[in-house]
Amino acid sequence: MVPTKKSLRNGLVKMYLNSIFPDPERADRLIEIAKTSLQPLLEGAVMNTIPLTIISFIIGIILAVLTALARISQVKIFQVIARVYVSAIRGTPLLVQLFIIFYGLPNLGVTLDPFISAVIGFSLSVGAYASEIIRAAIISIPKGQWEAGYSIGMTYTQALKRIILPQATRVSIPPLSNTFISLVKDTSLASLVLVTEMFRRAQEIASTNYEFLLVYSEAAFVYWVLCFFLSLLQGFMEKRLDRYMS
Amino acid sequence: MISIKGLYKQFGQLEVLKGIDLVVEKGKVVVVIGPSGSGKTTMLRCLNVLETPTKGAISIEGQNLDFSNGVPKKQITSFRRLTGMVFQSYNLFPHKTALQNVMEGPIIVKGESKEAARKKARALLEKVGLGDKVDYYPAQLSGGQQQRVGIARALAMEPEVMLFDEPTSALDPELVGEVLKVMKDLAQEGMTMIVVTHEMRFAREAADEVIFMDGGVIVERNKPEEIFTNPREERTKKFLNMIQ
Ligand SMILES: Nc1ncnc2c1ncn2[C@@H]1O[C@H](COP(=O)(O)OP(=O)(O)O)[C@@H](O)[C@H]1O
Ligand SMILES: [Mg+2]
Repeated sequence: MVPTKKSLRNGLVKMYLNSIFPDPERADRLIEIAKTSLQPLLEGAVMNTIPLTIISFIIGIILAVLTALARISQVKIFQVIARVYVSAIRGTPLLVQLFIIFYGLPNLGVTLDPFISAVIGFSLSVGAYASEIIRAAIISIPKGQWEAGYSIGMTYTQALKRIILPQATRVSIPPLSNTFISLVKDTSLASLVLVTEMFRRAQEIASTNYEFLLVYSEAAFVYWVLCFFLSLLQGFMEKRLDRYMS
Repeated sequence: MISIKGLYKQFGQLEVLKGIDLVVEKGKVVVVIGPSGSGKTTMLRCLNVLETPTKGAISIEGQNLDFSNGVPKKQITSFRRLTGMVFQSYNLFPHKTALQNVMEGPIIVKGESKEAARKKARALLEKVGLGDKVDYYPAQLSGGQQQRVGIARALAMEPEVMLFDEPTSALDPELVGEVLKVMKDLAQEGMTMIVVTHEMRFAREAADEVIFMDGGVIVERNKPEEIFTNPREERTKKFLNMIQ
């Protein structure tokens, strides 16, 4: 039989597995498991991990902008609320926050769907961390930009909207991309509040076949691929921004 | 007419303006000279109300701001539209093209239509000699070109008076001339101008009056040829000797 490319590749994989696991049947079994678990893992990623990341990030960024504006506002009470929020979120573990929302709130009669709980938890978290990035970006815009806006008659809000925020956005995109990539990985914590995202799928699969190393590694690999493409995208965006700014 | 009466400005303990009185008739060009730290920038910034004076009053074409009592923000914003400011460091909006820099005020502040604002902005950029650079971003322009966009941006708001704070001092020497030329043209057209500058040739050729400031007060004011050839005050003499 003439070996096709595919059979050759499978042969190589088998040889490698055989060298680790001398029992040939076990190698076959592992390949089979790897193949069959890929689909539910990707399903978890597409149905939950990715939507959870995107929805939480969008809500989080809105929260972050509001929080950053509150931090730089002249109104004391806004400043205080924003500071307490950021400090509380940054000072407590994300997992504990998720547990409070999902397992804790029912004690107050508030029972939330796992996905909703996770969205709330991650949004609050992104809101706090990203607000610091956005605040720093706003502060980094030279004072002369505000003054140029004022000098042509703009109000605070007009200068903020038309002059400062567009420039601050450009400054914040690289660090916010990092926040986004971290969020992809952090969503694995949602498995502990019963969201059937990718890692929970992995746990479910592994608990039936006991191939923990294989299944968890496979999940890790999918996260890696996701983040790899996101960082390519990030590099691409940064290059475009550089071209525009310098 | 611009009139400044008893203008004081204090930064914490530091008193920077110590009672400035000045009247500038409509269409006149006044050049302000004086040593670094004498309060020239602060005076212009008070006129543009980027700084709130500690006390005193300013009036431009009949609109009054008296700082002895508090002044509401709204009133400051509307008063500011009477003055156009040209900054030493240009302060163009880096995320907008030359044309967009000039259109921004008319559209956002005055509520003009985009087409009207674009037409006016093009004409102004043409006027400052940048008709072929309308779609360039500030970073793609030389300092002299950026400063001319800055002038066009201020003019687009149709101010009663133009304030220039050392508009050429950040420029390479070979670029100074193109900016001064635009300013001279403006002066000739009858724009009221207050110009902080140490370009003596500009003062001689374009100014109706030169003011020497030192230590937060106006020490001497006179016609350019008078003050340069025949200064009355010892402090003026010393300063002129130093810069010439
Ligand atoms: N925002 C500020 N806070 C504190 N001191 C200031 C501020 N702006 C200016 N000064 C001080 O006021 C004095 C006059 O400054 P300025 O008006 O810039 O002088 P000039 O333009 O004549 O060089 C300087 O001593 C300067 O340090
Ligand atoms: Mg100055």
